[in-house]
Amino acid sequence: MVAITGTLSGAFRRPTSYEGVWGWITTVDHKRIGILYGVTALIFFLIAGAEAVMMRIQLAGPDQGVVSPEVYSQLFTMHGLSMIFLAIMPLSAAFFNFMIPLMIGARDVAFPRLNALSYWIFLGGGILLNSGWFLGGSPNAGWFAYSPLTDDIFNPGRGLDFYTVGLLVLGTATMAAGFNFLVTIINMRAPGMTLMRMPVFVWMTLITSFLIILAFPIITVALLELMFDRTFGTTFFVPLTGGDPVLWQHLFWVFGHPEVYILILPAMGIVSEILPTFSRKPLFGYPVVVLSGVVIGFMGWGVWSHHMFTVGLGPVANAAFAVSTMAIAIPTGAKIFNWIATLWQGSIHLSAALLFAVGFIAMFIIGGLSGVMHASPPSDAQQQDTYFIVAHLHYVLFGGSIFALFAGAYYWWPKITGRKLSEGLGKLHFWLTFIGFNLTFFPMHFLGMDGMPRRVYTYESGMGWDLWNGVATAGSIIIAVSVLVFIHNVFRTRRKGEIAGNDPWDGRTLEWSISSPPPHYNFEQIPVVHSRDAYWEEKHPNENAGHGEPVPVAGGANGHEGEHGSEVAPAGTVAENAGGGHGAIHMPGLSYYPIMVALGLIIVGYGTIFHDTFTWAVAAVGAAISIVGVYAWSFEPASEEPESGGH
Amino acid sequence: MPRGQAFRPVLIGLSVVSLLLFFGCTPDNPQSTFDVAGPVAEKQRTLFYIIFWAAVFVFVVVEGILLYSVIRYRRKDADGIPPQTHGNTPLEIGWTVAPAIVLAVIAVPTIIYIFDISGDTGPDALEVNVTGHQWWWEFEYPELNVVTANELHLPVDRQVKLNLRSDDVIHSFWVPKLGGKQDVVPNNLNVMQLPARKSDIDSFPAVFFGQCAEFCGVAHAKMGIRVIVHDTIENTFDDWVTAYHLPQLPPAGDAAEGATIFASRGCLLCHWVDGPTPPSIREGLAQAFLRDELRFPAPNLNKFATRSTFLAGTMDLNRENLSKWLEDPDDVKPGNRMAELATVYRDPSARLSRDEVEKLASYLLSLE
Repeated sequence: MVAITGTLSGAFRRPTSYEGVWGWITTVDHKRIGILYGVTALIFFLIAGAEAVMMRIQLAGPDQGVVSPEVYSQLFTMHGLSMIFLAIMPLSAAFFNFMIPLMIGARDVAFPRLNALSYWIFLGGGILLNSGWFLGGSPNAGWFAYSPLTDDIFNPGRGLDFYTVGLLVLGTATMAAGFNFLVTIINMRAPGMTLMRMPVFVWMTLITSFLIILAFPIITVALLELMFDRTFGTTFFVPLTGGDPVLWQHLFWVFGHPEVYILILPAMGIVSEILPTFSRKPLFGYPVVVLSGVVIGFMGWGVWSHHMFTVGLGPVANAAFAVSTMAIAIPTGAKIFNWIATLWQGSIHLSAALLFAVGFIAMFIIGGLSGVMHASPPSDAQQQDTYFIVAHLHYVLFGGSIFALFAGAYYWWPKITGRKLSEGLGKLHFWLTFIGFNLTFFPMHFLGMDGMPRRVYTYESGMGWDLWNGVATAGSIIIAVSVLVFIHNVFRTRRKGEIAGNDPWDGRTLEWSISSPPPHYNFEQIPVVHSRDAYWEEKHPNENAGHGEPVPVAGGANGHEGEHGSEVAPAGTVAENAGGGHGAIHMPGLSYYPIMVALGLIIVGYGTIFHDTFTWAVAAVGAAISIVGVYAWSFEPASEEPESGGH
Repeated sequence: MPRGQAFRPVLIGLSVVSLLLFFGCTPDNPQSTFDVAGPVAEKQRTLFYIIFWAAVFVFVVVEGILLYSVIRYRRKDADGIPPQTHGNTPLEIGWTVAPAIVLAVIAVPTIIYIFDISGDTGPDALEVNVTGHQWWWEFEYPELNVVTANELHLPVDRQVKLNLRSDDVIHSFWVPKLGGKQDVVPNNLNVMQLPARKSDIDSFPAVFFGQCAEFCGVAHAKMGIRVIVHDTIENTFDDWVTAYHLPQLPPAGDAAEGATIFASRGCLLCHWVDGPTPPSIREGLAQAFLRDELRFPAPNLNKFATRSTFLAGTMDLNRENLSKWLEDPDDVKPGNRMAELATVYRDPSARLSRDEVEKLASYLLSLE
């Protein structure tokens, strides 16, 4: 055993250089992985956005032939899949990665190499899913892929194989990330950071992680069954042999509705950080905002059939799910009211970040209200599968999640890069996005109520849909321009951006107490936390005398408590290892194995998609690569000891 | 900024948005959900209005306060620290209870109407078996021995019970002015009511537009529905049924040659021309496709020439359109099963000549 691992270690000398491309490929640093997530997801966001613009051009007027019906089906399927799995979720993950350790006062996540593995699988899965365009067709049955349209007989191409395998692969990355952040948040908080002192973004990440590890196994089961149906001739969903298409719908939406909260809760967390900072007030009703997030996380499991009100589940089921769906508006409303109360009587700095955050609230309210309109099944019978739903879902996922993610980008950019994005361009970006977004999606409410179904590649003149479709297409062009403004801002900031300093916004949470960008080890000394908004309380000790009661701290740092007589101890005064300069900080070592395991998995994925004798052999090679990678990984110590050089 | 000045632009902006809501939708549109023609659609619209006006109220109040506070409390003093409020329990209780009350007001009529609309249709209802196919609709009236396609004829002021089935993928039956949609799911029988009410209808026979609402494959956008509602006085539903059963006159001239082509070039493999398609034939066609045979359920063509549209309501029925379709069906309706499966379109050497197309059209237009 030792001999084998010794050989492997000899074959792959542990990487040591942080420089160059290999420094990024072998990195396990949560900040670098966060940047990789962000850049990759932004590229997928641009691709998915281009798909949307192509659809809007096709629908700009009646009876157009810009793209073929088959390509149109692939476009709306890939647009949905990409925005959900390759853009919004990983953009949230970018902020999880970069910010969570900084906000809880940790030096990295709990499992740094697993974190790298998550990223590489995500990258590979994203490429795999998108490669369908060049390898025989992308998925064409919608992101929901309702059986039996996904059966071989109705869908003989390769598209649905890219769908099943692509999502299975991406699911492993998501699951790994979910466990990683769950453990990180539970175990690695700085001394004194009790659960009810955690920043709300950390709270929402925690809830999101729970949702991920509970929801993704469900879709994994469904995808495996569908993959077996298509690959090995099983009949889980084949009606001819008695399979029930409604089973797929239940499995899909039991995953799919919590997935909606996986997409929106991080956004809510970001907004809950930005509003207090730019209002110079603590978040109003912190416990209620946190509890609302928890309640939404629970109730999100009991509403899935509102996606199926027209399926014919019967009046009792429809009534029950109507009531549960309406009820989930209550905690959501409580969050909105608390955000507004945070702004009330504040000292509001109208930065680009705050504009996007307020835009989030304003648009999310509209999405929430239209949501109540189809929480009522009889009313939904006229709205289900129409453009009214397209309008609704974009008000919550674009007006909601994307607005909040842009807010987070403007807010945390200085911390991540050391430079501030241009505020002027940022405000231009906001107003273009805001106008373009509402021009695109508000008229879709009218289209839906005037009877235009979703997922149609064309429509006839004379239905009364021409005008609003034209307006929507014009709006989508404005959105595209606004994104270009953002990209320009990003590149401009690299060269000319204003140097930010540690704390450009008068921040409230721990990440603002360290330099921008943060050093490799984040915190030279692990801070002790005495209150919510720990860094703000340290900067403004007098506004809130008595608020920060010291409590017994976790992690065995109790002994240091006595060193600080004052109520509010400055962050960074308590050493985890007395006398430790950063030279003595042990950081996790670089590793080749995460990308190796991911590569093997992607090869297995391609082998499975094409499932013939040759590609099964390819898949076997991929499996071997992954297994060797996992094996070598398990013998690789988490961090290289400076002297002994390993085991 | 003083209070009044901050509120004015907020109110103006919200008023403009609310006005837009009124002008956005047009009941004249063929598939508008606002111009209802039956009690089911009316109840669904009533619920929408209840929720809509509650939503407008919430929208104006909450967005108003949001915009007001952002404008009113803009930072003026660069160093000032505002009062540090952390929360307020009565407020929290208030804005939890208030939405709960609004939602309860919505939930009660919702539940009443759910059971109302899905209730028993009674013994006098006209029963129609609706089958969704890729990409057309089949209508069978079991008590009247009628099988037809794409144009659903109904009497006014009579309860209608639709039994929805599918042999291929999921579709969704939706005629907005008569009622919201109901999915058509393989292995699951769904039942829906679709009554039309005379007092809601100006002239007869009234034509209502609908279309498949669940994505069902490449030609989903071309899967329309027409519902033709007959008056009770003249040109009645019973007249239509009687006309359906009148014997077909033997074709003459071009039409007779067209009939021969129809029989010899494979059209009869899937299409039934004379009277209602027998159930065994319909069942056999659905099974054949699933067994990879080159056959698929196809529209019944009895009295085809009396229809006003074809191709699932997506084309007006006239000689020009019919010739275009028979010439190159995949160009007219991309992805359709006829172009995919029929020998005359699969096999370049078996192509229909221009002359044959015209004669086929003559034949089909003689079916009245």
